[in-house]
Amino acid sequence: MERALEKYTGKLFIFEIISIILGLMFLAPFYFVLVNSVKTLGEILTDAASLPAIFHWGNYSKVWDIINFPKILFNSFQITVISVIGIVLISSMTAYRLVRRPTIYNKILFNVFIASMIIPFQSVMLQLVRVTSILELRGNLFGIVSCYLGFGLALSVFLFHGFIKTVPMEIEEAAVVDGCTPFGVFFRIVFPLLRPIMVTVTMLNCLWIWNDYLLPVLVIGSNKELLTIPLAITKFFGQYTKQWDMALAGLAIGVTPIIVFFLFLQKYIVEGITAGSIKG
Amino acid sequence: MHSRRKGSEWLQQIVFTGPGQLFFFVIVLVPFLLGFYYSFTDWNGLDLDKANWTGLSNIQKIMTDDKLWASLWFTIRFAVVTVITVNVLAFLLAVLLVQPLKTRKALRTVFFMPNVIGGILLGFIWQFIFTKGFNTVGELTNIPFFQLPWLGTDTTAFWGIVIVFVWQTAGYMMVIYIAALAGLPKDLLEAARIDGAGYWDLLKSVMIPLIMPAITICLFLTISNAFKTFDLNLSLTKGGPGTSTQSLAYNIYAEALNNNRYGLGTAKAMLFFFCVSLITITQVWITKRKEVEA
Repeated sequence: MERALEKYTGKLFIFEIISIILGLMFLAPFYFVLVNSVKTLGEILTDAASLPAIFHWGNYSKVWDIINFPKILFNSFQITVISVIGIVLISSMTAYRLVRRPTIYNKILFNVFIASMIIPFQSVMLQLVRVTSILELRGNLFGIVSCYLGFGLALSVFLFHGFIKTVPMEIEEAAVVDGCTPFGVFFRIVFPLLRPIMVTVTMLNCLWIWNDYLLPVLVIGSNKELLTIPLAITKFFGQYTKQWDMALAGLAIGVTPIIVFFLFLQKYIVEGITAGSIKG
Repeated sequence: MHSRRKGSEWLQQIVFTGPGQLFFFVIVLVPFLLGFYYSFTDWNGLDLDKANWTGLSNIQKIMTDDKLWASLWFTIRFAVVTVITVNVLAFLLAVLLVQPLKTRKALRTVFFMPNVIGGILLGFIWQFIFTKGFNTVGELTNIPFFQLPWLGTDTTAFWGIVIVFVWQTAGYMMVIYIAALAGLPKDLLEAARIDGAGYWDLLKSVMIPLIMPAITICLFLTISNAFKTFDLNLSLTKGGPGTSTQSLAYNIYAEALNNNRYGLGTAKAMLFFFCVSLITITQVWITKRKEVEA
């Protein structure tokens, strides 16, 4: 019965065609960027749709140097990786304690975390600028990472909290009997068990932090040493608004790392999003 | 012995939750609470001492701020249009891609892909498509749709941002809908089909009620994202032409950083917070009530 239903019918073929056409429409913007990024400006302006007569790879090498691509790639990478590791570690520890010791204070704390998720970034950003400058968190790596820790915690604590509730206490009790300290119990027993939800937390935070624009603008500000990809591309784009050949090559370089990341890890990204949304 | 245990409890509480609380309080909670204070001042963003208490004058300014009301109106229209379009499209894509199609894996990847690129870069990509790409396609095909002055007029710029938002978000919601549809109990669908239910009945009476939790979360995500759109407005139109595509989030940003009126900006931001919470909480409350157990 099941097999018979799965047979490839004419109807499915029509669905397939419709889906492929929709898919091509979805891809069209990437086609335009890629094709035009290897043309001369004149060629772009006369015909933005056709394939290039000659491939002008020069656009790419020029842009690579202007935006100092290795540097901004490293900056984005560094900020994202440090922030995500911090978020995973800190929020799993917090969530663990909140689940295992539900004192009144901890219950309130958990609810404050949850409630804070509705606060739009724009409602805190101006005061944040003030607070970060008092604490000298502006323009340095520790400052921007601190901000990501602060904003990334609520959702991550929530996700870990939901997962830890399903982890049986018996294993932990056995470990305590065997002479494990409370911290040993967490790091040696519980932490490794959290892997599935850790994937979710990591993926959701990676995508968000990597692509974030406003927070780095406000906190990194004018420190050129820490420019991330979105910031650098925006600045670059402002200077080359009418020079599409350069601007498009810049965009192509800018989006490549995250697309490669996605293509390699898409299984985990999709799993992460699914798990994250169902828990939410 | 007793006090040693107590001490260890304290130590554990501090080690486990201390860092989390520290970062959360300093970065999120304190600035948020400060917002309530600054909303009633003429703060210029530079020093705290120069923020004079001005009472309700910011509220008065907000009441007569036509640009703010225009942004609110833009944001509401934008949210309504995108929430419907994104969810209908995402659901259709999900229905298509849970079928045993040969290309479904590749297509799921394709539809999801715009999502991994941030709004800022997507906006720049589409700026090119709208200003140059569509022109060329229009010349080649003579389809009027592509010959419109995209981003050039109030109406087309509005729809331009809608298109990009839908393109960006639909794939994400599709993933959630696919998970929900794939999790439907097969025997139930089979039973309904044997009872003679057509696809439409099946959809209306069985599938949609059962995937209500997914609908709740997708609506929540689209509504709150639509209300907070900022990146697209910035990189696609800079709020223009004029201020016709200025979202609320963008308006707050512009008020504070371009006009240096942080006090007024904060007041707007707090109002924005109340709007977003009211709308999202209401939506979750309404759709949660429609959820059923399988």
